[in-house]
Amino acid sequence: MDSLLTVKNLSVDFQTDQGTVHAVRGISFDVKSGEILGIVGESGSGKSVTMYSIMGLLTDNAEIRCDQLEFQGVDINPTHFEDKKGYLAAMKKLRGCSMSMIFQDPMTFLNPTMRIGKQLCEPILNHTNLTKQQAMQRALELMALVGIPSPETRIRQYPFEFSGGMRQRIIIAIAMANNPLLMIADEPTTALDVTIQAQVLELIRTVSKQMQSSVILITHDLGVVASLCDRIHIMYGGKIVETGTDREIFYSPNHPYTAGLLSCIFDPREEHSELTPIQGSPPDLLSPPAGCPFVDRCEKAMKICKLKMPEYTQLSPTHSSACWLNELAKGGSEG
Amino acid sequence: MPKYIAKRLLFGLLTLFALATITFFMMHMIPGSPFAGEMRQISDVIRDRLIAQYDLDKPIYVQYLKYLKNILTGDFGTSLNRKGTKVVDIIAQGLPYTASLGFVAFCIAMVVGITLGAIAAFSKQPWINAGVAFLATIGVSVPSFLVALLMMLVFGVKLGWLPLIGLATWKHYIMPATALAFAPIAMISRLVRSGLSEELRQDYITLAKSKGTDPLVVVLRHALKNAILPVITYAGPLLATLVTGSFVVETMFTIPGIGSEFVKSVTSRDYTFIMALTVLYGAFIIIAGIVTDLISAAIDPRVRLK
Repeated sequence: MDSLLTVKNLSVDFQTDQGTVHAVRGISFDVKSGEILGIVGESGSGKSVTMYSIMGLLTDNAEIRCDQLEFQGVDINPTHFEDKKGYLAAMKKLRGCSMSMIFQDPMTFLNPTMRIGKQLCEPILNHTNLTKQQAMQRALELMALVGIPSPETRIRQYPFEFSGGMRQRIIIAIAMANNPLLMIADEPTTALDVTIQAQVLELIRTVSKQMQSSVILITHDLGVVASLCDRIHIMYGGKIVETGTDREIFYSPNHPYTAGLLSCIFDPREEHSELTPIQGSPPDLLSPPAGCPFVDRCEKAMKICKLKMPEYTQLSPTHSSACWLNELAKGGSEG
Repeated sequence: MPKYIAKRLLFGLLTLFALATITFFMMHMIPGSPFAGEMRQISDVIRDRLIAQYDLDKPIYVQYLKYLKNILTGDFGTSLNRKGTKVVDIIAQGLPYTASLGFVAFCIAMVVGITLGAIAAFSKQPWINAGVAFLATIGVSVPSFLVALLMMLVFGVKLGWLPLIGLATWKHYIMPATALAFAPIAMISRLVRSGLSEELRQDYITLAKSKGTDPLVVVLRHALKNAILPVITYAGPLLATLVTGSFVVETMFTIPGIGSEFVKSVTSRDYTFIMALTVLYGAFIIIAGIVTDLISAAIDPRVRLK
């Protein structure tokens, strides 16, 4: 499989009144066509910021640095454009067409005073030569596709007449309007009831298979990515700390943070199982630690962890992790 | 919808009735009489006959009931100061000037206010933002007569570009309308600026951008409509106020409108005229309120008309 999206050494800083927030600190990954990639991390780990910077949707106080950012072999690295205008013009053609985004909160991401139909038609009219009637027809198809009953009536309604789950379906329909190659789903189920969550995830999976598009699924819930993702990145403190297939992450987690995340999931099959919270709080990204970002909360922390960020250790062709314990083990086996 | 409008109109009539009643009694509680002006050198006999003619010697509740009976038949009476002239005729004569001037001022206020507010909301230059904020403060705090005087001095007297008196041509409208629009411009630009910067931070703007919609179109299609709602709420009463005129501006530019008549009628205790103008002003405000609510409901479907 060839790579659809390539990100190399992406960093994002925000200038704020309190100082510079280093939200994303040099992450690299790629998305292969047709795959579902999960990015897991807690709030403030930089996962949403990463996706917003790929889509070019960050606020003006964001500073992006990046060695390589390519989509379908096309350079969309914002630092490679002469000015913001040229970058925006390039992104305008991609956004909502070959790359689109499913947002977190269905309650706030739809325009409250615009009919659902018009909001659905917008990306279609932006990127195709269809007439308004044809776009409406396509919007009806999309609504049926995402499982909205009686779309003919619903298309004339406003967001406030929809439930949260239904609104999220509309947002998914907007994202898939032009059969995108890549859909970025930014915590698509966080704001939904548990019963609706499973439906929405299943929907994202089926539509991506139908359109053969890749999906980046961002979540803070390992349970969400469990059966859905081909590969999973674990993010912490603006860095990717572990990468692997779902099996590798769930059955042989290497990084202490991943292990900690797994022990936060309740397993009903085990009797008297207790949830083990990870103590402490994530690092302050105004002055990020020089070493491993997890060091203050890690039970296995060593002196070196505080001083220097470990390199990635390749545990299998698909599994890698950045932890000094691996270096120690390597050193031990060598010497 | 028709049911809603009918209901609102009915309530409006009740409000007008209450307004007329309160004004009637308060007006008669003010000391003084229409025939007590220092300028009037009339004998006591004539004064008594005048008072009798207008029923001012009757008990107040009798006067009130008679007045109510008359206005229900559309008769607002004759002016106490201009003998034999019906107040309705005086208003019909002055209102076109006042209303047309007020309407022009309203349009200027809306167009300039919204444009200034939008510029301030988008501009990343701190000095543009500060400039609009400064203008807004000036506009709210500097009284309209000062603005009018300055304009008259500069454009009317020194430069001689604009006529100073009356409302004969469109040129005559420029200065009085600008003076009237000055404070509303400040208010509207502030409302638009805060509304737009608020809307531009909303999540649905991000989603609209993610569709590949042009940033400018995002603003016009998504943000502006939602940001304009508070302006609509303000614009209704504003229009009602402007078309009923301003004493200061009409007096300064010698415009024969009802705004200046209003104040004159109060100082001279022209009871019938005060009443007619109060009811007219009240009716304008009530209608403006209904229209404002209808427009708000048309813009924002979440507004329920009950």
